[in-house]
Amino acid sequence: MQITEKTLMKEVLVDHLRNVLANDPQVVLLDADLAKCAGTNVLYGEFPDRCLDVGIAEANMASMAAGLSSYGFKPYISSFAPFATRRMADQIMISICYAQQNVKIIGTDPGIAAELNGGTHMALEDIGMLRSIPNILIYEPTDAMELYKALPQIHAYPYPCYVRTHRKSPALLTKESDEVNILKARVMKEGSDVTIVASGIMVETAMQAAAQLKEEGISVEVVCCPTIKPIDVETIVASAKKTGAVVTAENHNVMGALRSAVCETLSENYPVPVESVGVKEKFGEVGKVPYLRKAMNMDVEDVVGAVKAVIARK
Amino acid sequence: MTNVDLKQFAKEIRVNILECIGSLGVGHIGGCLSIADLLAVLYGKHLNYDPKNPKMEGRDRLVCSKGHAGPAIYAVLAEVGFFSKEVLKTLNQGGTTLPSHCDMNKTPGVDMTAGSLGQGFSCAVGCAIGSRLKKDGATIYAIIGDGESQEGQIWEAAMYAGHSKLDNLIAFTDYNKMQLDNYVANICDLNPLDKKWEAFGWKVWTVDGNDVDALDTAITEAKAHKGQPKMIIMNTVKGKGVSYCEAALVGSHSMSVSPEAKIQGIKEVRGE
Repeated sequence: MQITEKTLMKEVLVDHLRNVLANDPQVVLLDADLAKCAGTNVLYGEFPDRCLDVGIAEANMASMAAGLSSYGFKPYISSFAPFATRRMADQIMISICYAQQNVKIIGTDPGIAAELNGGTHMALEDIGMLRSIPNILIYEPTDAMELYKALPQIHAYPYPCYVRTHRKSPALLTKESDEVNILKARVMKEGSDVTIVASGIMVETAMQAAAQLKEEGISVEVVCCPTIKPIDVETIVASAKKTGAVVTAENHNVMGALRSAVCETLSENYPVPVESVGVKEKFGEVGKVPYLRKAMNMDVEDVVGAVKAVIARK
Repeated sequence: MTNVDLKQFAKEIRVNILECIGSLGVGHIGGCLSIADLLAVLYGKHLNYDPKNPKMEGRDRLVCSKGHAGPAIYAVLAEVGFFSKEVLKTLNQGGTTLPSHCDMNKTPGVDMTAGSLGQGFSCAVGCAIGSRLKKDGATIYAIIGDGESQEGQIWEAAMYAGHSKLDNLIAFTDYNKMQLDNYVANICDLNPLDKKWEAFGWKVWTVDGNDVDALDTAITEAKAHKGQPKMIIMNTVKGKGVSYCEAALVGSHSMSVSPEAKIQGIKEVRGE
């Protein structure tokens, strides 16, 4: 598949699913009446026996997938991020993870990417809910290229995975030549004064903030951290040792996800001052991303402000 | 197993339940004893399984969605040789292979983890679809509690199974009319339960769930019935076969069983 700046992430997902469905008769896909939104509906004609739209019943979908897994199948289940997590949280915990069933969970349009669907559909707590479940891998792709390279690794990963992905096409930051290892964070830009650890759509924001801060003489290192669990301790600690201050930036509540994982990592290995950018004690609301970035304090200037605040604490 | 005396088999399952829960001194004995006759009929006559090869390809599967009846499942698994009867005495001890609720990763012969009510039944629907895809000819059995039937997930799964015409799926409701807090009818009544399942596209039988012959007949008919998933509503007695459990009524959901009570119960079951 050719990845360009126009490639939609849902096209990458569908391409991956088509490949694994075609190459492995054990792969099954379950949707809960959002196949058209995810783009997976195009697969139903190609693989009519192994694509199941179970209706608007996410809990049943999750446990059914566990049953299929126990029968030797490799299930993918897909819904909007809030329904793929909080709507079936106990089913993920018991039927899938506790029962050791290797189900891949696709949740689309996390956080403010839910845009016009608004607060009810805006998963800002999904990673926090799942992160304390043993063994589950939580991956939030940065862009279409990274997702393209990551999905085969997700498929091969021996434990359940939550893929917190977008349907549209966030800025393409990953190059075709970049090595992607889902268990590793990547230094996108080297710097010496401060580290920004960012995930998802906030990686681009961090890069923009870094460019702006360079003009003010502040050297920013940007670490792209798409896998929030297990967190890449080595890369984050190495960068903190180099810069002595860290800002986290995520499209999630600042409790329970990237900020928490980074703070846990640093407090146990190399404590440095940390400031955070993300949603703070707010529910989601309707709006387009530019509005929501301002409303939720997730814009470039918020990252710039956090960088200056953390440098002042060094 | 061939030519098993199902009534005698059910007695031995009840003895094992008493040994299992009695060794610990407390447990969900009421809802274990109520399904002993069903387990005798399934493992004595209908289920395709191999105690020497618990993961045998193409085996029939039993999902005990009312996961707290784990000790009843362990009682029958020990009786047919999946593991030694001595293991029954380790129920809920630290490091045991027999936890209070069924765990497919701990106990040989347990096909699905259950305990968070409603989920096991959805898993069974997933297994039935898996069996259909693999064309392995297996039958998937699921045991649902009556209280458990208040879970919305039961009806999500029932609707999808009915829609999918999963005729390799046979479910049982252990309708002993009691749940933890009170009688089911006083908490959130299920009636008319048969009409509910029929409305979801299931073929329904209602039988005396403590009568092995009635169960055998219903299961035989259910296996032969094509084009629909099948529900056998079992009218059962909670604590069946042990007088102090039956007398405890709702209290038998989880109750103490002293060493003396265990011995007395075993004598009663054996008719000594």
